[in-house]
Amino acid sequence: MEPVLTVEDLSVRISGLHILQGVSFAVAPTGVTVLLGRNGVGKTTTLRAIVGLTPPAGEVRGTIRMGAQSLLAQPTHRLVRGGLGYVPEDRCVFAGLTVAENLRLAERRGTTPAYDKVFALFPELDRRGRQRAGSLSGGQQQMLAIGRVLLNDNRLLLVDEPTKGLAPKVVTEVAEVLERVAESVPVLLVEQNLAVVRRLARDAVVLAAGKVAWTGDARELLLETALTKSLLGVGSAEAATPSARSELASPAVAREDQL
Amino acid sequence: MGTVILLALTGLGLAALYFLVASGLSLVFGLADVLNFAHGLFLGVGAYGTWWAAGNLPGAGSDGFGFVFAVAFGVAAGTLVAILVELVLIRPLYSRTIEQVLVTVGLSLAGVALLQATWGADARPFPRPDWTRQVTGILGAQVPNGGLLLIIAAVLVLGAILAFLRWTRYGLVIRAGVENREMVTALGIDVRKAFTLVFAIGGAAAALAGALGGVYFGTVSPGQGGSLLIFAFIVVVIGGMGSVVGSAYAAVVVGLVQQFVNYYGTSGLGDICVVGLLAVVLLLRPQGIAGKVATA
Repeated sequence: MEPVLTVEDLSVRISGLHILQGVSFAVAPTGVTVLLGRNGVGKTTTLRAIVGLTPPAGEVRGTIRMGAQSLLAQPTHRLVRGGLGYVPEDRCVFAGLTVAENLRLAERRGTTPAYDKVFALFPELDRRGRQRAGSLSGGQQQMLAIGRVLLNDNRLLLVDEPTKGLAPKVVTEVAEVLERVAESVPVLLVEQNLAVVRRLARDAVVLAAGKVAWTGDARELLLETALTKSLLGVGSAEAATPSARSELASPAVAREDQL
Repeated sequence: MGTVILLALTGLGLAALYFLVASGLSLVFGLADVLNFAHGLFLGVGAYGTWWAAGNLPGAGSDGFGFVFAVAFGVAAGTLVAILVELVLIRPLYSRTIEQVLVTVGLSLAGVALLQATWGADARPFPRPDWTRQVTGILGAQVPNGGLLLIIAAVLVLGAILAFLRWTRYGLVIRAGVENREMVTALGIDVRKAFTLVFAIGGAAAALAGALGGVYFGTVSPGQGGSLLIFAFIVVVIGGMGSVVGSAYAAVVVGLVQQFVNYYGTSGLGDICVVGLLAVVLLLRPQGIAGKVATA
């Protein structure tokens, strides 16, 4: 199957620092591809480069393609309208706007926003329409950030650390939602929680020092204790424990699996 | 009592003038992060556009509907200049703060020089309806009608901007953009259109300030925009960058402080007090009265 996204020889330099140095990988047209790596290896920079959000002072080289379309040098709003959904790290909901206004902002002229789908996934958003987004809990804000993107049809979703800073129970809820979402649209996910990775991801790309250190089957990676230890710095056998799938909601698992 | 009422209402008239200049300045900075030193030019274009139209444009004049037409012409000219400045000079320089400051300062100086070269450096009498030269008795005070006109105009502009921000799609985009411009683009919205729009709104409000300021002061001069811009910047900082309501509150505080201190203290002391107030706000509440929120 043709990949939905192809990244070739991607290099990003920001303020003189070479954050990414020739990164190449592909995202399968179905399921979840996870981008892994220790802190500061360039996972978020990769997603931001794909969606055209590298800071103006930064320099991006290489090739990024979605199908036959080249994404580099295109403005972000055009990429997003073309079907590239982006859920940023730290949610980035508009705190001063209501939930309904946050959603309305994502509506596009000429298309029918899929409120039914969003409210079926997140009934809470419907109930809290008049509440200011800044007064929502972290989990609710994450739901809003994902819901906002799902109002429109997407060819690929980029999701950056959706479970960061969330309570274990909410982590489970977010994982469930992403699992359902990934049934209809491919997802490129940056995630630190290996229990979530184990549950969702089919393919994995591991970055180390701004380069691709490993690509392949995500579950295979998590079964290789020595490999996960060297690439991700996971010191226990937790990453290789298949039973942890059923323990996703367990606070202990959620904590120990954090990279 | 009559003196206090008079000082309060003339202070509010001054506040109205500051607000008309500061509201656009605040929105432009809040959304686009542009510190627009050329904003005074829009005021100058509005004032001279109205002055020129009243004397030369068929149908326009210094009274009645002719004056309204002249003001509309001045506002349209200021708005057009604001849009052109954004499209031609500012748009290529977004995210390049130093260059923006240099360009807008340069444009401000060049604009004043152009007005001087065209119509001379001296202040010229401003054509205005007779009733604006008269006064109205309010609670024992004889208040100039020109000041009352400014207050009414500022309240209407405040209401119109708030309604626009609250009820329209572009208003929503601007409010969101003031919070997080990058995320607005990540939702598929071309935020540059909103930049042009806030420049147009700011230009229109400043041009209206120019026209009504001419009525208030009775004259128009090339340097008027620049001197008002200094206090408008103070209002924007005290009110909170990006907050229209904050600018309104701050304009009232600055206008009243200036008027009362200048009257009861030494002339000019009010201006120093305003700068002192700015320093206190920057030290105690650097985000201003309302912080960076487009509506409140």
